[in-house]
Amino acid sequence: MHMADALLSPAVAATMYAASGSVAAYSINKLKKDDEQSKLPVMAVAAAMVFAGQMINYTIPGTGSSGHLCGGMLLSALLGPYAGFLSMIVVLAIQCLFFADGGLMALGANVWNMAFYGCFVGYFLIWRPIMGSRLFGPENDHNAQRLRIILASILGCVITLQLGAFSVVVETTLSGITELPFSAFAGLMLPIHLAIGLVEGLITAAVLTFVFEARSELLQCVDPATAGESKLSLKQTVTVLAIITCLVGGGLSLYASSNPDGLEWALFGNADAGYAENMGLDEEEFGISSSAAETAAGIQETTSFLPDYAFPDSDSAVGTTVSGLVGSAIVAGVAILTCMAGGFFRKKKTA
Amino acid sequence: MSRIDQALTEFREMDELADLDSPVHRFPASVKLLLTVLYIMTVLSFDKYNLSGLFLMILFPLFFFQLSGIPVSKCFYKLRYVLPLVMAVGILNPLFDRTPLLQLGSLTVSGGWISMLTLMMKGVFSLMASFLLVASSGISAICAALRRMHVPSVIVTLLLLTYRYITLMGEEVSVMTNAYHLRAPEQKGIEYSAWGSFLGQLLLRSMDRADDIYQAMLLRGYDGRFHYVEEKRAGWKQWLTGLLIAALIVLCRYYNVTELLGRLFVR
Repeated sequence: MHMADALLSPAVAATMYAASGSVAAYSINKLKKDDEQSKLPVMAVAAAMVFAGQMINYTIPGTGSSGHLCGGMLLSALLGPYAGFLSMIVVLAIQCLFFADGGLMALGANVWNMAFYGCFVGYFLIWRPIMGSRLFGPENDHNAQRLRIILASILGCVITLQLGAFSVVVETTLSGITELPFSAFAGLMLPIHLAIGLVEGLITAAVLTFVFEARSELLQCVDPATAGESKLSLKQTVTVLAIITCLVGGGLSLYASSNPDGLEWALFGNADAGYAENMGLDEEEFGISSSAAETAAGIQETTSFLPDYAFPDSDSAVGTTVSGLVGSAIVAGVAILTCMAGGFFRKKKTA
Repeated sequence: MSRIDQALTEFREMDELADLDSPVHRFPASVKLLLTVLYIMTVLSFDKYNLSGLFLMILFPLFFFQLSGIPVSKCFYKLRYVLPLVMAVGILNPLFDRTPLLQLGSLTVSGGWISMLTLMMKGVFSLMASFLLVASSGISAICAALRRMHVPSVIVTLLLLTYRYITLMGEEVSVMTNAYHLRAPEQKGIEYSAWGSFLGQLLLRSMDRADDIYQAMLLRGYDGRFHYVEEKRAGWKQWLTGLLIAALIVLCRYYNVTELLGRLFVR
């Protein structure tokens, strides 16, 4: 999702710099006011860890591809939104300066698309409300907290990634860079990032539940007193995951393919050109290497992750929702298999 | 080589390039930073059909690459991150924009092809410029320049600290991945059963380490501020050179020098 300089016009780039800059200034003030400057080494180490952590390839069961963790949600859950946002800026700046992953002028836009949504929307609208709620049980109940962490991570990653992907589309279109119609572009970016978001959400949830088990005091908005007690039942986990996937798949597919014509066109008209694979799904993220054979395999993987995305002859919104639900069911199936295998939600050994 | 080892190698390479000695390296980083921003903004502001005007802009980075002794090839390797998305966005332009713009004999070139080309060129040129800035300055000089431009010290300090710790974390991740793969040679990545614990372990250890670092910093007299080795201030000569280059960049934006040059030969 890192945007290159070429995708932005100077006006849009400057606007995004101003927007991200003001959020950064606000965050710095907030940190100073709370006298949390002593957090600096923690922020730096956490940022470095996210950077290194994003280089780890996690195998996604059932597919040949791999994903990585979502930095924004992880950092805001560990450091809070303000410190998390600043750490994300630094991660993005280093990726941009030393790896040319995202452009220098596009840094403002990238910070907005990934850090702002990940940290502020992710924290204030998702993490804090969910962690503070009585969802799944009493506030300081161990299992309930665990479930809330999983729900918040998955929802947070999916939603913030969707917002980010949508912003990429808006910024590129406003810059007048692409001739691709807005709806077709959005219809392509959003479903792909829905899949990525789900995977990143699961990975982030796995890491955060581990931290919760081992050292719950490190997490924001978590009551540490009751941590490290009982074990979560498989049934509960499966139920929750099923609900989440249904919600996410059903709700977002309505939104994602609001223009079925454009989407159909984009998926079928250009799959040969490798377009579906190229759009936003950069090789590094999904672990697809660039040789011809693997490109073909990559197209298959990405398209079959959310196959067709609508029933044949059903352009109506209802038809799309049904396919969203079927897709959710498949994802839930994978998740259940994951749980059955016992590793994912097994109580981790404490560090 | 795993991705993390690759990343560490790239960090080292950038540091080595920054240690070279050349007029470009000796030039104050603050002036270089301003020029780079101006250059990229100028490149981005070119009209999508202005292929010939934009093409001239390649001369700036090329010239300074030569002057600095940094091989251009080093920067093309980095294109692998930038190009996929740019390509994906641009590759459809020829399909949508079929307005004929150019007639080369019997071959008609549509606006879409031109706009796709300018898009790629913008991507490559801006990458070259920012790569040159970093490769010829190094992290400390850039951080000092950012401080001079009143970028808040929290961000600059964080940038510097993170940069240093990335190498450390990276090595740790590299050792962990190696150990994991030695125990599980058939697996391509980290299996889901280890998703949480693998990074979680690292995270916990890092947090402890951060605490140690902070204690050590306090012992050395850290008071919330970071002290930088003062960068050599830009003298009037450097500012003048900078202004001249800036003027040249702006000139190339307003006058299509490529076309003017062409007209010398074609009537």
